[in-house]
Amino acid sequence: MNPARPIVEARAIHKHFGALHVLRGVDFTVEERQLVFVIGPSGSGKSTLLRCLNRLEEPSSGSIMVDGIDILDPRTDINKARQRIGMVFQSFNLYPHMTALGNVMLALRKVQGLDKSEAEARAQRALDRVHLADRADHYPNQLSGGQQQRVAIARSIALEPRVMLFDEPTSALDPELVGGVLAVMRELREDGMTMVVVSHEMSFARAAADRVVFMADGEILEQGPPAKLFNAPRHERLRAFISQVERH
Amino acid sequence: MTGWERFTDSFFNARVMAQYLPKIIEGFGLTIVLALCIIAAGLIAGLALAVLRALGVRPLNWLIIFVVDLFRALPPLVIIVLLFFGLPSMGMELSGFASAWLALTLVLMAFSEEIFWAGITSVPKGQWEAARSTGLNFLQALGYVVLPQALRLTIPPLTNRTIAITKGTALASVVAVPDILGAASSGLSHSFNPSPLTLGALAYLVLFFPVVLLGRWIETRFAWKR
Repeated sequence: MNPARPIVEARAIHKHFGALHVLRGVDFTVEERQLVFVIGPSGSGKSTLLRCLNRLEEPSSGSIMVDGIDILDPRTDINKARQRIGMVFQSFNLYPHMTALGNVMLALRKVQGLDKSEAEARAQRALDRVHLADRADHYPNQLSGGQQQRVAIARSIALEPRVMLFDEPTSALDPELVGGVLAVMRELREDGMTMVVVSHEMSFARAAADRVVFMADGEILEQGPPAKLFNAPRHERLRAFISQVERH
Repeated sequence: MTGWERFTDSFFNARVMAQYLPKIIEGFGLTIVLALCIIAAGLIAGLALAVLRALGVRPLNWLIIFVVDLFRALPPLVIIVLLFFGLPSMGMELSGFASAWLALTLVLMAFSEEIFWAGITSVPKGQWEAARSTGLNFLQALGYVVLPQALRLTIPPLTNRTIAITKGTALASVVAVPDILGAASSGLSHSFNPSPLTLGALAYLVLFFPVVLLGRWIETRFAWKR
């Protein structure tokens, strides 16, 4: 095994929303080919941390390097950098006026400048990877929530990112549709994709995560391998969180 | 003469109608040209202001909101008269046609900016975020993702407003533009018979009825399920 090098390196991240101090000096690293799970009660700042990593939120202070690029440097071409950072949202956010294929092709055409046939071929391959090759011509409103989320995953992986961020990817889904999305995520992981997942899918975290990070009140309170974190939580807040989540 | 004869002689006098029909047809053409110029310039300017406003530059937005509210508050006729009779004292002279065009363009710009803006803000924030997270820049996200959705939402109110404002071309007759109403009322004052006005009303119906139907068709054509 080659020595893992960090793809994501966030240091001393603070984020204020007005008087709210939602991130209080967070250090967060992700090594190549790792799947890191971020858990914590709502309002703990986990989604904000994730959104800082591709600068959808601007941290108030701190530094973030992704794949060797200083994300917060004003001289960085953020649009270029964002192509290395895929993001999947809780509410899918597919473009309703475009087909599944159109959704995946847009950035390939307009950002990466591929010609139509090349973009189409790559978009088809991405849809194939999420097992929706036969739904390429469907509009989002003709797809189930689970299928929409998989199209959203295809839209990201088509750009061949170095890391994928998942912001509660299954929270808006009916329970019977969650499995399909998690299966696609597991396959991505097996293909060696580096992933950061904010989610409450604890059994998925146990089974697939390399490391679990527990956040509360804008800080990382505890992190480690899932077995250690779930079976022998040291922090009182984490113990309370786990028993609360597992009761549901 | 019976009352009925007096009525038809006043409003449907064939001799007077035949005499003034050519003038009305000329006015018809002029009204179409004026309306098209207003629609093109007004909608482009309104969309441009809405896009500028989406950039989110505070002082610029205050200015845009002020201008928009100003032209939504002023009666169009007041703006036309002000431009036509007021500007010459500043050494600038606008023809009646240009005054009417500019005034109604500004009014349509103001109303359509508000409609376009409402459309842009009604597109969920997640659409921007998804587009930007794949590397699209602001203008690309606006042009390929947000505006196509916003424009569909704006088409019904925009069609109604555009029809309402283009009907205001009749106001141009006040500043001596020989549009439909201008031609009709000069016909009235030369013949002492209101039949030219009947012709004028028919001309407006011929002009705007298809536009209203077109508006309906556009509404159904662009309605789509979310």
